[in-house]
Amino acid sequence: MAVNWIKDIDSGLSKAKTEHKPILVDFSAAPA
Amino acid sequence: MAAFIEQNFIPIGVHIKENPAGFGRFESVWTPTVLILDENGKERFRIEGYLPKDDFSAQLLMGLARVAVMKKQWGDAEKLFQQIIDKYPTASIAPAAVYWLGVSKYQRTHDHHALGNVVTELKQRYPESPWNKRAIPWAA
Repeated sequence: MAVNWIKDIDSGLSKAKTEHKPILVDFSAAPA
Repeated sequence: MAAFIEQNFIPIGVHIKENPAGFGRFESVWTPTVLILDENGKERFRIEGYLPKDDFSAQLLMGLARVAVMKKQWGDAEKLFQQIIDKYPTASIAPAAVYWLGVSKYQRTHDHHALGNVVTELKQRYPESPWNKRAIPWAA
């Protein structure tokens, strides 16, 4: 199973508020 | 790991070259950096630098526990700190989990024995940890 990363920060923040879930933000510089 | 992340968090992935503004928005200065935010976007825990899988898993639990602590959801926090101790007893953050488990128990029950037990457990299980010093005031 792969993580379905949200790339748009504001979308992720809104989703967290709606779903009442904490947020994990992963900052990476690794090649995609 | 992926299932744990999907189940417990809204996962946001930011590549610093594709989104440098996003990197700066949270005052990050290095990669890898992982932030745990509460549902309102307030930062509650930060992981900087690579960690082996078990240490990283333990730190994700610590992030969830810190979210619970800041909401004063002491019972939830206790369960999460206990999970760290039970599942990842050799993780670098395990002594901190012992400390905060005691704090959470005390906050829920106001029983000072919860803090005294921290002193004993840290001495027995993690005698070299700096968290022993933080618990000195609680020694009987």
